[in-house]
Amino acid sequence: MSANPSKNIKQFFFSKRWWILTTVLLVFFTLWTSEFQQANTTSVLVSTLRHSTPLVLGAMCGLLCERSGVINIGIEGQMLMSAWGGFMVASTSGSLLLGVFAGIGIGMMMGAVLAGISVGLRGDQIIAGTVINIAALGITSFFFSLGRTLPSGKAQVIKLGPLADIPVAGRVLFSNKPITFLTLLMIPTLWFLLFRTKWGLRTRAVGEHPSAAETVGISVIGMRYLNVIMGGGIAGLAGAYLSLEAVGSFERVMTNGKGFVALAVMIFGRWNPVGAWGAALLFGYASAIQTQFQFRDWLTDDPQFIGIIPFVVTIVVLAGFVGRARPPASIGQPYSRE
Amino acid sequence: MSLNTLALEATGISKTFGSVKANDQVNLEVKKGRIHALLGENGAGKSTLVNILFGLYKADSGIVKVDGEPVDLGRPKDAIDRGIGMVHQHFQLVPVLTVAENIVLGNEPSNKANVIDIENAKEKVRELAEKYQLDVDTEAIVEDLPVGTQQRVEILRSLYREADILILDEPTAVLTPQETDHLLQVLKKLASQGVAIIFITHKLREVLEVADEVTVMRNGQVVGSTTPAETDESGLAEMMVGRSVVLRVSKETASPDATILEVINLCVQDDRELMAVNDLSLKVRSGEIFGIAGVEGNGQRELVETITGLRTADTGEILIGGTSITEFSPRQISELGVAHIPEDREKHGLIGAHSVADNLILNRYYESPFSNRGIRQQKAIAHYAKEMVEKFDIRTPSIETPSSSLSGGNKQKAIAAREFSHNAQLLVASQPTRGIDVGSIEFVHQQLINQRDQGLAVLLVSAELDEILSLSDRIGVIYRGQLIVTANATDLDRNRIGRIMTTGSDSN
Repeated sequence: MSANPSKNIKQFFFSKRWWILTTVLLVFFTLWTSEFQQANTTSVLVSTLRHSTPLVLGAMCGLLCERSGVINIGIEGQMLMSAWGGFMVASTSGSLLLGVFAGIGIGMMMGAVLAGISVGLRGDQIIAGTVINIAALGITSFFFSLGRTLPSGKAQVIKLGPLADIPVAGRVLFSNKPITFLTLLMIPTLWFLLFRTKWGLRTRAVGEHPSAAETVGISVIGMRYLNVIMGGGIAGLAGAYLSLEAVGSFERVMTNGKGFVALAVMIFGRWNPVGAWGAALLFGYASAIQTQFQFRDWLTDDPQFIGIIPFVVTIVVLAGFVGRARPPASIGQPYSRE
Repeated sequence: MSLNTLALEATGISKTFGSVKANDQVNLEVKKGRIHALLGENGAGKSTLVNILFGLYKADSGIVKVDGEPVDLGRPKDAIDRGIGMVHQHFQLVPVLTVAENIVLGNEPSNKANVIDIENAKEKVRELAEKYQLDVDTEAIVEDLPVGTQQRVEILRSLYREADILILDEPTAVLTPQETDHLLQVLKKLASQGVAIIFITHKLREVLEVADEVTVMRNGQVVGSTTPAETDESGLAEMMVGRSVVLRVSKETASPDATILEVINLCVQDDRELMAVNDLSLKVRSGEIFGIAGVEGNGQRELVETITGLRTADTGEILIGGTSITEFSPRQISELGVAHIPEDREKHGLIGAHSVADNLILNRYYESPFSNRGIRQQKAIAHYAKEMVEKFDIRTPSIETPSSSLSGGNKQKAIAAREFSHNAQLLVASQPTRGIDVGSIEFVHQQLINQRDQGLAVLLVSAELDEILSLSDRIGVIYRGQLIVTANATDLDRNRIGRIMTTGSDSN
């Protein structure tokens, strides 16, 4: 509300200084590690985007739930179940599209389980999420069978006409697989929904101060069910991405902690889809850079050190930034009217 | 519009929580364009009644009629649709949203795709604010606003929904005298425009000032209806409590002796690292009550926490009986003879899940006779606890009952029992009568006077100006972490204190 525009711009840069600094450093680092070769830079960036997709989807699932006041630590399990279910349907029916829809559907059902326990029965949200993670691990491992394949192969790259021919940016942004494109569209869409529509305002109100929402006639229980189930659907999409788009098969525990890293991404992105995307790109970059290290034969005597990079980034980021982020006020607390 | 048509009529409302009859066959009639005061002690059932009228609770039995028609108020939305608006005791505003967003929430102006037209919302709020002269900044974030302004937002929110019956649950409990006066003016204006107002309070002066009609509740029942013209403060108080009460505390003049507490140029930061106490100095002598008056959030909490060792001073010094305690732990300070009645008794006064007995020895559990070489001495604890429960008239089923299940007044008595029973030289009492019933208030006030007469130095912090005025021997008025004026209680009057605590300046 300051009347001085130049002061506003200064404030903007000051408040975003860590983001700006990080981005600049990463760009230089990328150029340096690839010795200014276009092919290497491109492959790092492509790999960054690929690694970031399931993370930002998981984070959007988490923030949809938490903005309405429900903690979802079951993202990992929801993703795993959907990766498995989507793969089973796709390999049986031969249709990738059917597989993706199955993944989303299973994710929504897992969301409904979480909502049922934590919103309907007012159970502990952490325990409900843990139950989902353990159940997903058990179910997918039990029904896992070797040797299944996708008759249609995994999802193929779509090139957006001439845009895909632009050097670097074309390869990175305009030549991707369907779920990656969908994710890039979902980020601004979810932001708009959350901050510009009735549903978004009510979701935020329910997550911050549920009884205030109730007194103006908003159904807290209804909103929470809706958001947690929709969040489950997004986690389901992330699962389908892993098995049908990224890998092309299902493997035991193939989520490998991505659901938990997604929670860190959500917090680092301050419960904002666009922020979460920035955070997911950072984590994706940390994963992508591993390949470059191997490529240049750095630290290859001790490959564990390279594998550690993304997790070190997680720890540093969480330790450094999380303290200052403020979660929605009512998360973790079951709501009842009387 | 006729002034005698009924806006709202409730007949035979009953509501039971567990074994407690919160409302028992309650009848209430509210007329259009009138201010109807609902008076009663805490726990008398006023809040239960209005929560039923607003659809937050469901009555076990009884009928509510709005404009002569029976209505089913199952949810707040039903009440809102019937033109009932409510200003809650604990504001029902979303702190991180803007004023405009809070006001339109649940009824947002939008296009067909459900995208909110925020400019339209702001415009509507501005129009409304102008019409009722309730000035607000539509773009401000609610949590940044002072309490009085937040309340205005709550009122506007009801008016935005075209409420013609407005319920206010203890609206003045959180306001300064000036804000209270302003609110009462607003209520009169709203009533003159035809709004029926139900005004809950336990402050008799306000009832006499604005109410057209008064209904008094006690123990879940309506004990009488009257008008301000027919009664006075003591009459209302008697109806409220059911016996005659002493409204004014009687006390002898103080005979202060040596200085016990000395605060010298103290600076303390709050949790956001802003300067909360700013170069503050004061002295409290034994045998006197020093009252700190001020709007909440002007550094009182930080001052009290620093004196009791819960917070570290930035600069400056605190001496208790000549000993500097700035480096002391809370236990060392307690052992030095500092008794503390904390502001938030649920959070800092008692351990809710622990028994009454354990709470009564909370400051001495490690000492003989309650502990022997690290082993708790159950017999000694039980014996002592029973003695205290009897002496301080703590109403509890047993000493093993978790302290969280006691009523507010009894919790406060338990804290008083613990704090008054070790040899203290200084008593720090913060908001000692907040939210407790008139009977317990009388008790706590009497105890404070007794402690003073026994030679304790008493530092009293309260947001209730009446409490400060009736108990204190000397008064300091705090504003933004500084004592603006310190004077003998007899040299200060209500208006002057009110002016200083809201403006920080003593001049007219």
